[in-house]
Amino acid sequence: MFWALIHRHLWRHKLRTALTVLGMAVAILAFLLLQAVVEAWYRGVNSAADNRLVVRNAVSLTFSLPLSYLQTIRQIPGVNGFTYMSWFGGIYIDERNFFPRFAVGPGFFELHPEFVLSESERLSFHREKRACVIGKRLAEKYGWRIGDQIPIKGNIFPGDWSFVVRGIYRGAKPSTDESLMVMNFDYLNESLKKTMPVRADRVGSFVIRIAEPDQAAHISRLVDREFKNSQAETITETEKSFQLGFVAMTKALLVAIQVISVVVVLVILTVLANTMAMSARERTTEYVVLKTLGFGSGRIAILVMGESLLLALMGGALGTALAFPAGDAFVRAVGGLHDFIIPPALIGLGAAAAAGVGVMAALIPMIRVMSMSIASGLRRVG
Amino acid sequence: MSETGQPGAPDHLLVEITGLCKSYTRGEEVIPVLEDITLGVAEGEFLALMGPSGSGKTTLLNILAGLDRADRGALSVGGLDITELGEVDLAAWRARHVGFVFQFYNLIPVLTAYENVELPLILTPLSRAERRRHVDLALSLVGLTHRRDHTPSQLSGGQQQRVAIARALVTDPTLIAADEPTGDLDKVSAEEIMELLARLNAEFGKTIIMVTHDPRAAARARRVIHLDKGALLAN
Repeated sequence: MFWALIHRHLWRHKLRTALTVLGMAVAILAFLLLQAVVEAWYRGVNSAADNRLVVRNAVSLTFSLPLSYLQTIRQIPGVNGFTYMSWFGGIYIDERNFFPRFAVGPGFFELHPEFVLSESERLSFHREKRACVIGKRLAEKYGWRIGDQIPIKGNIFPGDWSFVVRGIYRGAKPSTDESLMVMNFDYLNESLKKTMPVRADRVGSFVIRIAEPDQAAHISRLVDREFKNSQAETITETEKSFQLGFVAMTKALLVAIQVISVVVVLVILTVLANTMAMSARERTTEYVVLKTLGFGSGRIAILVMGESLLLALMGGALGTALAFPAGDAFVRAVGGLHDFIIPPALIGLGAAAAAGVGVMAALIPMIRVMSMSIASGLRRVG
Repeated sequence: MSETGQPGAPDHLLVEITGLCKSYTRGEEVIPVLEDITLGVAEGEFLALMGPSGSGKTTLLNILAGLDRADRGALSVGGLDITELGEVDLAAWRARHVGFVFQFYNLIPVLTAYENVELPLILTPLSRAERRRHVDLALSLVGLTHRRDHTPSQLSGGQQQRVAIARALVTDPTLIAADEPTGDLDKVSAEEIMELLARLNAEFGKTIIMVTHDPRAAARARRVIHLDKGALLAN
């Protein structure tokens, strides 16, 4: 009977209830998407390998390092693998078609086993200078196949570049980025020797693999000591802290996104609180009658709270259900967010936010109804 | 049966009120509503409280039915001093001992007639089957078994008031408190409601205390007492 009363009260004003549920759904949807964006940003950091170190210019990531450093780095005890890479940049047809592009040295795929590539594709990539390897998701997005030509207009490295797809990798884990494009560093370097010799034989960073992850700090110190007081001093750090550096650059943006996601929830809280206040005011007579019949304040509170919670949770459930297709559409629209997923923990957070809104929205009308005396309530009725 | 509003006349008093006072405050102004009311209501009595607006009759009904509290004075119902009860105990006492009938019926609009009548039984330990038996009996007493699945908006005013009376009866209360039960009804419906109340009193021995402006309604009561400016007048 109590459930029936809550349920029927809820649908007494169908349009108002539907609009409130919709508003709640949109708020939870926005909350989940915004939080998922922030989580995606950090997820790359969490999935970083702990046996890889990144060596970069101590001044800034935008400054390069001499390729010749490789000879020194490979001699350092504890290093058992290495490669190098440069951010290629460029534009594929239009700036909106953004995807990460790196010129990589030999050993890139050996050092990054999370990018799964067949042996024949790997050989083809190394054999042909203009070859490139693309991620599965990228291939699906643009409909590229092995043998296709990809024209890139250079911006960091000016010129009209063209690459041939010789491999399509897939991620070893769901969190692996399948939207990269990598091309041979040699092709870039040889072109630069002809057009801009001053920029040739320089790389953005070195990636080294170490045998013992717990030696990371020690090996980092060894590497940096080698290049101390050189023309380009280095900072060596774990891949995780390297990626955290990227995240730190966008910290203000991430904080802003998180604040907005909370503000969205607060806005819907005020909307739901207003709805509940209106509902409770309209039902003052009924609540007074229930009190008259012997229903205690606790039971009346359950009615108000139950209605508010049900309203909020219905909206929350709808918003969560919509978050998956909306998330897919969002990723397709913006691109580049390969790690964008809505994990169970985030769904739990969304449900908690919805429940919290339901509870908070009911508080004031609930207290008002509970504290109203029967005699004054009946006078209002009459 | 006593013909006066004075205490002590009838035997087996169900309600005993002595020296009861009540006032309201509006800002700093104290407005007396009931002054030194002394009254006894016998078990099985059908009492009508009459008086002009503002005379305090509804306040008196509310106090003796446990809906409001007096400032001073003694009040016992069925031998229990209800002025000593806390809010929770008073609510439980009302649920068990008092059935209410209001001028505007005050049914829950989203519930059917059956569910409205069942509402007070939710607070009892009765099983669903037992509740059904009680509700069916109450609805048959008021002649509305065939409208059990109708919501209040699908019933006439008279029918709604009969549902309200069934709701008041369903717990088999010690006392029925009716506040202007015919105040919102046409003449025919009012007559039917009064007939029903009179029958409940005569056939089932229900003690009824009714506030009314309507002399025709008051005429169906066994005793009528008048209030004016918060004081009882001799009948």
